[in-house]
Amino acid sequence: MKKGTLKQILLLTDGCSNQGEDPVAIAALANNQGITVNVIGIIDDDQSEQPEGLEEVEAIAMSGGGVSQIVYQQALSQTVQMVTKQAMTQTLQGVVNQELKQILGEKKTFEELPPDKRGEVMEVVEDLGETCDLEVLVLVDTSASMTPKLATVKDALFDLSLSLNARSGNNRFSIFSFPDKKAPIHKLMDWTPHLDGISKIFPKLASGGITPTGPAIKEAIYQFGKKGLFGSMKDASEPYEETGF
Amino acid sequence: MQVNHTKKLVSNLKRATVIRGKWNGTKYHVIHKLGEGACGVVYLCERNGIETALKLGTDSARITTEVNVLKSFQRVQGKRLGPSLLDVDDWVTPGGITLPFYVMEYVKGQELATFLHGKGSEWLGVLLLQLLMDLGNLHESGWVFGDLKTDNLLVTSPPPRLRLIDVGGTTQIGRAIKEYTEFYDRGYWLKGSRKAEPSYDLFAVTMIMLEVGGRGRFERGSDPRQTLERKLQQATALKPFTPLINNVWAGNYQNGLEMREDLVNLLQRRPEPKKRNMPVSTRTSRRKKTKKTSFATFEIGAIFVSVIIFYLIYMLFFL
Ligand SMILES: Nc1ncnc2c1ncn2[C@@H]1O[C@H](COP(=O)(O)OP(=O)(O)O)[C@@H](O)[C@H]1O
Repeated sequence: MKKGTLKQILLLTDGCSNQGEDPVAIAALANNQGITVNVIGIIDDDQSEQPEGLEEVEAIAMSGGGVSQIVYQQALSQTVQMVTKQAMTQTLQGVVNQELKQILGEKKTFEELPPDKRGEVMEVVEDLGETCDLEVLVLVDTSASMTPKLATVKDALFDLSLSLNARSGNNRFSIFSFPDKKAPIHKLMDWTPHLDGISKIFPKLASGGITPTGPAIKEAIYQFGKKGLFGSMKDASEPYEETGF
Repeated sequence: MQVNHTKKLVSNLKRATVIRGKWNGTKYHVIHKLGEGACGVVYLCERNGIETALKLGTDSARITTEVNVLKSFQRVQGKRLGPSLLDVDDWVTPGGITLPFYVMEYVKGQELATFLHGKGSEWLGVLLLQLLMDLGNLHESGWVFGDLKTDNLLVTSPPPRLRLIDVGGTTQIGRAIKEYTEFYDRGYWLKGSRKAEPSYDLFAVTMIMLEVGGRGRFERGSDPRQTLERKLQQATALKPFTPLINNVWAGNYQNGLEMREDLVNLLQRRPEPKKRNMPVSTRTSRRKKTKKTSFATFEIGAIFVSVIIFYLIYMLFFL
């Protein structure tokens, strides 16, 4: 099948947005542009599992066509890579389904296929997941309450690149933080295939008390179009951009 | 919220609940829960008087992936890799939710740590030989087990036999490991990549050894490699295996069979002839020994002693 590029925003936050546009709406916008939005809500080890304000996490991911998870700090590394992979599978499954529908003319979802057919589809999805190119823009909430969690976030991101770079497909990562005094988001690391240098760039201190998640996602969308690594992406509207056979 | 609701439903099935396949129509009666995994719950079920393990899932994609692995194992003739697959279907719950499931052979066994409790380190050696044989076969047929951990091992008996269950992490060689658990993952310990290579499994084997031969799992600390060295030194029960483990960590083995060969040599190099591991070794070599007449009288005594020990161990299994 075709080789293509999957685009994801990975939002790491510990609270509810409190400034600017509704992030749930902006996530829908991103999804419409072919970008999946995944959200991980990080909670303190002594917090209960359903803390207030984190309902938004699920809503953003849902409208962004992605996956969400609320986790304790210690489980962050495993969750970050799992959520990313799961979102890849989900997107690719959607693409394969789409193609199947075109071929078979059937209005069927993956779950409605008989088990045997499902097995075949899954093989194709797995092949694609292994070989496709992937761009992940990591958006880290660095509002005050995140300060004690940033070291864990750094480890988790390093770990993510370890997982994804075990694939045959190419990866590109970039890291942005928010809030920022001058702009909606602050660039910590430009698009790069490895996150080895992450220790040097990671902020030691968090900034500000506001959480403008909506504006941050909006600016993140723009970052995919801006860079020219994979040619023009400005008019990408498919979740899985096909770049040839 | 819908997802949470479904998860709760899946993990709380009552005894005697009937799971009927939507496609094949086969009926399974729930006996009790065997365990819970990342993408589903495994129940002991009964069908026509036969006990089976049924995995009921919430994530159709992951269930399908596991089924694919089990299917491809069945194509590897004559070698048992994981539990055999019996059925794949969907269950429409009374509430109208469709859930994917598959049915496999029920592996009735003990956890590794439970089995090893109170036994000498030779038992660990024997079970490792079996594990490395299975892994070696898996590697030869192009797969890496991936999520190798004590939770995914069961010891069936008699005779004691280590079995691999849960193939969720099983990955074709050369790809990215599908599923792993940090403690057993070499990437987490900064000891290599997450590419599916046979050596990935062998690293996990050494972590299993550290876990059951030492004091359970532990944190990686600020210097993961040093932590490993220290834990190995502290685990006195692993003394005989230290060179083997160091070889794995140095990346000296290409696959399970190579490591197994070294382990065999290591286990046979034991100096004293009358140790507790006699029963195991005598059982296999008894037939050969009757040919060698020169040691006959000496051996009759040895066989007699070991048969008694073996009998005692056997008795323990049935009590
Ligand atoms: N074939 C089987 N026979 C007996 N017990 C099983 C079998 N498969 C799974 N189990 C039990 O169910 C538990 C959960 O299984 P699974 O969902 O495959 O685990 P995981 O969380 O590792 O993916 C296992 O730890 C084991 O105790």
